[in-house]
Amino acid sequence: MTAPLPNPLNTADPLVLYGETFASRLLLGTSRYPSPQVLENAVKQSNPGMITVSLRRQGTSTTEAHSGFWDLLKKMAVPVLPNTAGCHSPKEVIATAQMAREVFETNWIKLELIGDDYTLQPDTLRLVSTAETLIKDGFKVLPYCTEDLILCQRLVDVGCQAVMPWAAPIGTGQGPLNPYALKLLRDRLKVPLLVDAGLGLPSHACTVMEWGFDGVLLNTAVALADDPVAMAKAFAMSVDAGRTAHLSGAMKAQQSAQASTPLVGTPFWHQS
Amino acid sequence: MRIMVNQVAKEVPDNSTIDDVLVMIDAQPPFAVAINYEFVPKTRHAEEVLREGDEMEVISPVTGG
Repeated sequence: MTAPLPNPLNTADPLVLYGETFASRLLLGTSRYPSPQVLENAVKQSNPGMITVSLRRQGTSTTEAHSGFWDLLKKMAVPVLPNTAGCHSPKEVIATAQMAREVFETNWIKLELIGDDYTLQPDTLRLVSTAETLIKDGFKVLPYCTEDLILCQRLVDVGCQAVMPWAAPIGTGQGPLNPYALKLLRDRLKVPLLVDAGLGLPSHACTVMEWGFDGVLLNTAVALADDPVAMAKAFAMSVDAGRTAHLSGAMKAQQSAQASTPLVGTPFWHQS
Repeated sequence: MRIMVNQVAKEVPDNSTIDDVLVMIDAQPPFAVAINYEFVPKTRHAEEVLREGDEMEVISPVTGG
């Protein structure tokens, strides 16, 4: 196993959401790992700023399979971001968020309001009012949404201090499908933007960070890698590289070749 | 009376509280409870009386993305 990344990665340039500072710009999901031990090692290797968690009915095969998860969460001691995954109505979202607040003792909530089971596309028409309700109830809402500019603007208007547009449908690993809209979003909105869902490769994460996104949230790309622990580290490094590149100011692309080695004094050169 | 707990029908005595049902199903902490889509904080579990047909959700932490 390779050495863990130093924590925090960017002490001088931390991710700040709702006035709270996070050690990393990588937010990592906790689902679909081969084992709890692999999850724990992936978290250790990547030092995520937050890890996402969820809630399911007690007494089902899902919760029985996760009987040690609570103890693992306490052991990992990483800030948790509960989600409202699987909710299809505002009523379900609000009750789930309130239950999550009690269980996990946090006001953070990743707002997921699913509008279509095939694409897991959020219900954009009811997302804004649901976010507003949660914010008025004291939640720090990180809404999972599409890359639609007006939707994201409306989420900001009702008090979301950060927005999380998808790159592609959840779990597809396709990377940013609509670069134009994502870059436009970055250009138009001043709040922190985190790309959530659809990333498959560290290069995808690096790319959106180069565009100026403030962080990424991913799960499947790490959990389903042949070596999730190494992939977690690769994503953490790519997020850091992308952020550093963004702050460094990239050169403008050119149409014609520009020699990098000085021409003056080139041996054997003759003016034609 | 009959109520639903996590979508499973349960026969419980009249005037059962949430705490009574949690003991009956051997609920394991940590958990949270909702009745008919409304969250009920743990401070009210001892006093909240269930009614015929109520739908009770008892949920626990799991992994998530």
